[in-house]
Amino acid sequence: MQINPKKCVACGNCTYVCPMGAIYIDPVKKRATINRDECVECYACFNGLSQEHLPPTVVRTVRKVFAAMRIRFEPEPDVCPTGAFEPDELKWPRIVRRAFSDPRVPHESTGIEGRGTEEVKTNDVTGRVGLNEVGFTIELGRPGVGTRFYEIQEMSRALARAGVAFEKKNPLTFLMSDVATGTIREDILNEKVLSAIIEIKVPVERAEEIVRIVKDVEERIDTVVTIGAGVRCDDNGEDRIVAPIFERLGYKLERAKTNTGLGKRHAQAAEPAREMVNS
Amino acid sequence: MTNTLHRFGDAESFHDDFIVFAMACKDGTGKYLGPDPLPDLKKFLQMALEFKPVNIGDPRHGGAIRPSRSMNPLAHWKRDNAPDFQAVIDGLTVVTTCAAVFDNVDAAEKFLAKVRAADLGLSVNISTSVDGADQCCHFAGIPRHSVGYSLGFEGKTEKIPNTQVTMLSTMCGHGMISHSLAKKMIDFVKENRRTPAAAAAVLSRFCSCGVFNPARAKRILEEARLHTE
Repeated sequence: MQINPKKCVACGNCTYVCPMGAIYIDPVKKRATINRDECVECYACFNGLSQEHLPPTVVRTVRKVFAAMRIRFEPEPDVCPTGAFEPDELKWPRIVRRAFSDPRVPHESTGIEGRGTEEVKTNDVTGRVGLNEVGFTIELGRPGVGTRFYEIQEMSRALARAGVAFEKKNPLTFLMSDVATGTIREDILNEKVLSAIIEIKVPVERAEEIVRIVKDVEERIDTVVTIGAGVRCDDNGEDRIVAPIFERLGYKLERAKTNTGLGKRHAQAAEPAREMVNS
Repeated sequence: MTNTLHRFGDAESFHDDFIVFAMACKDGTGKYLGPDPLPDLKKFLQMALEFKPVNIGDPRHGGAIRPSRSMNPLAHWKRDNAPDFQAVIDGLTVVTTCAAVFDNVDAAEKFLAKVRAADLGLSVNISTSVDGADQCCHFAGIPRHSVGYSLGFEGKTEKIPNTQVTMLSTMCGHGMISHSLAKKMIDFVKENRRTPAAAAAVLSRFCSCGVFNPARAKRILEEARLHTE
């Protein structure tokens, strides 16, 4: 993302909307400026701000007059008065930032918007997570902190050492140079993204082990982690196996997404066991 | 991804937050299974209107309160913060995930029952408290198929701001609502520079898939006005 200095009037509205806090008013240039190392190319500034397309010179003059009189015009806080944000053409490896940060862009590898897969959201059709299995989504960088691929690799390698299989269709798995070891390709390790999700599936008896591995890695990385755990309910719609495990580990299960099972299975539905890879 | 799952708050704080979303499943080659799901997704959103959602949307186009690409400068004095539900439905041109957000369990229950009766064939999920979803499924006569639990936030949680800010910003699971903007809106409400409803609308415009709950946001902002944590 770029901010056109000929258009920017340094109103400062955009400095608040950046999820990474990467936009600031440069005191020398007197223009909004993006810290490109921290920018994750999420396009929240470009997509979220309304645009006015006012003449920059007029706006700057009015602002100067008001400032001299110690008067501050209070505009709507989510508006760029001159439409100064301009997407630039992203090249490799920077382009992976946008793939993992801008939800409007379907990831090339999965074809769906966002950073993960359908996980248990379509489990009624795919049968991806079966009885006595747990599908983990381990998301780094959320909420609003961000992460770099070398931190993600720390987690993926630890999980690989435990012999778990990674979700084949997850965008992160596509970026592994060695899936067996959880190694991510070297040229993107320093790239920053809003968040990334590692997806694995394990037998229910390994659920506690996975949680302990994740907690161990959390000590070594400088970001936040959110864990999601997808389970298949029994015929009565109950989960009497997995929830007690997490509660015993000290988790309070406040929120969940619940698949209602209304999806129709079609003849060409994918077989569930094919979706995980570890080599 | 898990864009509706990891909202910050305890189960009680989700008493006015029910997201029902529908999606079609793809096969291994990326093709959608069964007949073209687009008409059914539109029908899903259209059916939701009967139960007065507080937001609807899809990740390609956004929610019912959207930013403007050419805003009239007079909007600074009179901003239109009303949701445009029909624009979301009319603008749905590609198959994607469609969501409807309700601020009461009664509406969510009845909507889910209607979706079940319509037999759309789409995978339908409800994202709220564990008990709230269970209640909706029970009302609709549906045994839960699968559950995706949120185990919450951990790791370097000292990097996360206070409860009210995080409750607001995590209502966009994709992270498009910055902590800074959420904090700014709380400050604006405290200083009486914006109403809670107007501040909630500002935040809502940044959510790129329409799962932001402006009614819950308004409540949180009203609470923050009286006491900021």
